[in-house]
Amino acid sequence: MGRMWDKFGQYVHARIFPIFVVCLFLCGVWYAFAVYLNAPQILDRFEREQTSYTTTDLITSTWAMERPVLPSPHQIFYEIYRGTVLVKPTSKRSLILHGWITLAPTLLGLLIGTTLGMLLAVGIVYVRTLEGSLLPWIIASQTVPILAIAPIIIVVLGSIDLVGVFPKSVIAMYLCFFPVTIGMVKGLRSCEPLHMDLMRTYAASPWQILLKLRLPASMPYLVASMKVAAAAAVVGTIVGELPTGAREGLGARMLVGSYYGQTIQIWAALFLAAALAAVLVVAVEVIGRWLPTSPAKTRA
Amino acid sequence: MSSNSSSGHIVVDSLSLTFRAKDHDVHALSDINLTIKPGEFVSLIGPSGCGKTTLLRVIADLQEPSSGHLTIDGQTPQEARENHRYGFVFQAAALYPWRTIEKNVTLPLELMGMDRKEQRKRAKENLELVGLADFHKKYPWQLSGGMQQRASIARALSFQPGLLLMDEPFGALDEITRDRLNMHLLDLWRQTGKTVVFVTHSIPEAVFLSSRIVVMSPRPGRIIDVIDTNLPADRTLEIREDPAFTAVAQKVRNGLKHGHSDESL
Repeated sequence: MGRMWDKFGQYVHARIFPIFVVCLFLCGVWYAFAVYLNAPQILDRFEREQTSYTTTDLITSTWAMERPVLPSPHQIFYEIYRGTVLVKPTSKRSLILHGWITLAPTLLGLLIGTTLGMLLAVGIVYVRTLEGSLLPWIIASQTVPILAIAPIIIVVLGSIDLVGVFPKSVIAMYLCFFPVTIGMVKGLRSCEPLHMDLMRTYAASPWQILLKLRLPASMPYLVASMKVAAAAAVVGTIVGELPTGAREGLGARMLVGSYYGQTIQIWAALFLAAALAAVLVVAVEVIGRWLPTSPAKTRA
Repeated sequence: MSSNSSSGHIVVDSLSLTFRAKDHDVHALSDINLTIKPGEFVSLIGPSGCGKTTLLRVIADLQEPSSGHLTIDGQTPQEARENHRYGFVFQAAALYPWRTIEKNVTLPLELMGMDRKEQRKRAKENLELVGLADFHKKYPWQLSGGMQQRASIARALSFQPGLLLMDEPFGALDEITRDRLNMHLLDLWRQTGKTVVFVTHSIPEAVFLSSRIVVMSPRPGRIIDVIDTNLPADRTLEIREDPAFTAVAQKVRNGLKHGHSDESL
């Protein structure tokens, strides 16, 4: 028991404490900026209403505006708290509902994107001509701004009656197949020459070499590239929600918020999207640690 | 796939291998003639660059000769490889880190499509043979270097090939471990009666293990001498103090010196 506390203490000291200090510092800077950016509006109002005020009045007012230029952290967290706890999940104002609307296409897009990325990588590694013919197009696909291509995808898929989750996951997929392809091409080629020779002495077929050697050897690369892909998938989904005039989803919350100057709402959605991406990245990492190929387990 | 004592008959006939480098050709093997009889323990010894590993890789069909002929029990190296006639033990254990020791040993059996129960049985037998029965659930990194190499020998034996090709399998190990594994390998050879082709650059190791020693020399890679050891079958490590042993070792040393003398090293 005592040792467990020691370990916990070490963990807090090594990991939590530095993060906490950085958070504290950022919050301080944030509150200062909130005062600086919101003060002109408050000063205007005080002048109009001809109220006398103290510095404390001014500062507290800048942190409690309904539509501030920069909302203060506690306003954002209260907005998230209200949206997730105080409101029923079925309500139009529930952030859990909007979060789920964004999460579903993200997960689907990540799944399709990872599968596509792996298939492309296998093709590139096994068929020599594909490396020359396919890879330039794959790279070119990522130089097109996603903001330009997203509305086209939505409209094209909409015209064949594909609406809702699927078009958004296509955009998420578009962003996340790329890191998986690049990572997996490297991963599938990462196996040691000796391990390859061994397969040859067994007269193993190319298919057997893929399943028993190349794929297991590439798992650390898959985990690393899926972490990049997971974060990109969230961005893809949110970009997919922007041009459609969607009413639901974190992207829609940001868009609607910007129409009506609801800055607190925008920031709350933004924080939630970031949290979503972080949770996905951590989930990929945790699943990756289970694999017997992970560096943690192969370390001598 | 079955083990029979009459397998491992290797005939090498005027074999040459030339690597094309940028400005000159490297004659890795030049006019090699050698016959290895079933059940023999033959060591290939020589300084680095003499082509001993290359010769072993040509036998295993991991490398193609430029000219000449090689058969294993009357088959081409490619046929022999496809028929799983030999097991190869590399310089490093080359165990797959994501597989347990047992799963590493069953890898070739898996590839051959053997039934699972039989796979497990074979793994158990062969791990017992190399003294690793209790470690079947461990991962390679949990084992010492010597144990890893023993596991790789169990893997090479798992599909019961008549021929064992070993490329400096104990070269990376410390001397104490190496001595123990030499003892172990000798026992194994006596028990199974397999043909072994063993690459090494250690004279005591070659003399201790082999029934015949092939001395090679570099530039071009060629055979200088073939020496019969004629040491008693039940030899132990103590035989290294024996005059008969030192005499053979001296012969090998002279052979190696002779190979070097033409280039005034």
